Amino acid sequence: MPFDPNIAAIRFGTGLSPNVSPISGMSAILDELSDGDAPAAQFPIRDFAQWGRQFRLHREARSLERANRGTETGQAARQEIRAIRRETREWQAEALRHSLLRAIQAPVGFRERLEWFWADHFTVRGQGPVLREAVSSFVADAIRPNISGSFADMLKAAVTHPMMLRYLNQTSSVGPNSNAVRPGRGLNENLAREVLELHTLGVDAPYRQGDVTEFALLLTGLGTGVEQSFRFHPSFAEPGAEVVLGSAYGGETADVNDIYAVLDDLSIYPATARHIARKLAVHFVSDSPSEALVSYIADRFFVTNGDLPDVYEALLSHPDAWNPEAQKVKRPLEFVASALRALHPDTSRLLRADAAKTRQYIWAPMQLMGQAWEYPNGPDGWPESVSAWTTPQGIAARIQWAITIPRVLKPDLPDPRAFAETALGSQMNSAVRFAAEGAQTKWEGVGLILASPSFQRR
Amino acid sequence: MVVSRRKFLTRAAGYGCSLAASPLITPITFASAPGDVRLVVIILRGGMDGLDMVRPYGDPNLRALRPTLAASASVDLDGFFGLHEAASPLMPLWQSGELGFAHAVSTPYRDKRSHFDGQDLLEAGTGSSLGQGGWLNRLLQRMPGARAQTGFSIGAEAMLVMSGNAPVSNWSPETELRLSEPSRRLLEVVYHDDPVFRDALDEAMDLTQIMNRDAVADSYAEALNTMESMVEGSRGGDGHLRLAQFAAERLRAETRIAAFSLSGWDTHQNQARGMRRNTTQLTDVILTLREGLGADWSKTAVLAMTEFGRTARENGTRGTDHGTGGLMFMAGGAVRGGQVYGGWPGLDEGALYQGRDLMPTTDIRAYAGQVISGLFGLERSQIESSIFPGVDLTTAPGVIA
Repeated sequence: MPFDPNIAAIRFGTGLSPNVSPISGMSAILDELSDGDAPAAQFPIRDFAQWGRQFRLHREARSLERANRGTETGQAARQEIRAIRRETREWQAEALRHSLLRAIQAPVGFRERLEWFWADHFTVRGQGPVLREAVSSFVADAIRPNISGSFADMLKAAVTHPMMLRYLNQTSSVGPNSNAVRPGRGLNENLAREVLELHTLGVDAPYRQGDVTEFALLLTGLGTGVEQSFRFHPSFAEPGAEVVLGSAYGGETADVNDIYAVLDDLSIYPATARHIARKLAVHFVSDSPSEALVSYIADRFFVTNGDLPDVYEALLSHPDAWNPEAQKVKRPLEFVASALRALHPDTSRLLRADAAKTRQYIWAPMQLMGQAWEYPNGPDGWPESVSAWTTPQGIAARIQWAITIPRVLKPDLPDPRAFAETALGSQMNSAVRFAAEGAQTKWEGVGLILASPSFQRR
Repeated sequence: MVVSRRKFLTRAAGYGCSLAASPLITPITFASAPGDVRLVVIILRGGMDGLDMVRPYGDPNLRALRPTLAASASVDLDGFFGLHEAASPLMPLWQSGELGFAHAVSTPYRDKRSHFDGQDLLEAGTGSSLGQGGWLNRLLQRMPGARAQTGFSIGAEAMLVMSGNAPVSNWSPETELRLSEPSRRLLEVVYHDDPVFRDALDEAMDLTQIMNRDAVADSYAEALNTMESMVEGSRGGDGHLRLAQFAAERLRAETRIAAFSLSGWDTHQNQARGMRRNTTQLTDVILTLREGLGADWSKTAVLAMTEFGRTARENGTRGTDHGTGGLMFMAGGAVRGGQVYGGWPGLDEGALYQGRDLMPTTDIRAYAGQVISGLFGLERSQIESSIFPGVDLTTAPGVIA
């Protein structure tokens, strides 16, 4: 096993840190997942229940405002609406800061990286007022608790989460022969298609339009109830059984367990094993991973029925994972997180920042780098390829951030020569050393190190 | 020339002359500009509903298929088709023959109805395979005198349609790069051995110079200011207008082919609202291009194309699901507009593709090929073999005036 503590931290974690000792071995990476989730406890992120409550308050204030236009009650309601919106923006910014703080403090950061990977695999975008900013609650509820469980559990949690149901229009999809059908409510196949194409089998698997339609009929009934929380509505469900990929699900009485059953089956399909294996290999190792690596992970996925720690173990134990050549470029979130981890700013400074400052120093620069956090273009999430993240405009934004924002967040910048060692470890090379020694100011030196390909690659 | 353009420009800029106005630079930068016509390709991501945008209200089946969507207002085009009301500011263009449509078009992509595969194939233009870059890049490879500035991909993403062996430019309007002179030199050292990063930096430096932006920031305050102005520039909901303004600006200069994307066309639910918003954006983008291009508008073709159309029937949630046959916009002084082109397949149950989608009657690539042929004078055989392999150009009419 060509284990290397630097590669471990940079490729599989959130980077090197002056406050964390080198990773002792491969098992230490996996141990992070079995040990308690201290970073989450230290920097909590709100669950969906809180957002659902906020959504209800917002809706109530809005109807109050509408019913009382031009009166003092209406005026007060309008102020309440503004206050709620302001608060939700603060919640969203807090979630971004807490995600970064977790990445800064984590022993390895493998859990953070997996969270980002799976949140991207199950991409959602928030829909409607208040919930537009609530993506982090989906990740907190459906993704993070299932990172070291089975893929089936994560799939079921993600697909039935209110944020997913709303994003892919499941909440208003009802069976054409159900009692709930009326104008504006009928079948919508958006979620069914994306579960097959993106979440499980992959687009190259042999499913057909007929499978999409039947699966969409089977999914009817998934919806939301009190404060937008998950609820199964039997009256929405299409009567009768549906045949998806040759198997019949459901019968006379609508039962959410039939939906869990099809998701369980989809979660262990050979095509799903390969699809997930390939995505992991592409994300962590290379845009064009070897067939050997993909099959090795897929085989482990298949024989363990998608037991995720086993699957990660397969990824980490394959020699390709330790290729000394860093073939991937960090996505902007990974770049910003690893830069902060290497800088190790006073955490209270990050904790104190408000939504406006978070936007100015973190969110908007990441958008300029090409990753508007929580707002990807579609349900396929962020691109993977090196070329997508090395456009001239993206690189210019990374450089401009690297030379300016570190000093805002850490006014007492380290000596660039020492910082290069901290940030790069064995990835240090003579060009970076030359730049660290030659920089005329600390802010430029630190910026050059963070902007260097050695730091940008993983 | 041995001296790289970037080095040359950097040196020239050191003399403090304005680049565009400099008699020293102008011949080198512009002398070999390939022709005077312009092509803008806008990729509408998400699957624009062509049946909602250009409605066949003369088709007796429309109202039954789309009880709520077809009930809203549209503006008559030709007695059979009506234009979505939100696009009505484009009617003067239609009347002057500077706006036309190709209906019931699609790429050869069928049946899986995946956005992402559909978009890839639309941008690849190959019909089935990926890996040969995008069709605009293959066009650039065949344009005499094409340079990196000739083809411009605008926005935070690098677009597949523009990618390939021909050098092209990528930039988003709000980006800047300002470093002190010593930092810039050190950065070049740090990037020197990594070709991917080196090329990106070179291009970023080139572009900031060419756009006449001051590339030097000697103090921390200046550098931070630059970051803040980038953040400020990215604010607000008019990003689509910035794309169009920037495209027009580049096309007035050395660029001849520009591409960018407009997203949000995936209207599974409450389509009326989404369509209104998106159509207004697209309309504003076309009008902004016309305004920004000024006299050059007469030599311009703008194509707005999408990965697929949507189901002929409204779905259960006042929206539409992924379909097949779709619609392409053609605008600009160079197009022969005032017409809805395309063989109309009808909306009878039996005429629908797989009983659900508008039947595609023409390969969208044939129209794009006709535009390329009419604008740039490329041989038909070249278009059919290398730009859009396998396409038969004669299946679409000539659409360039």
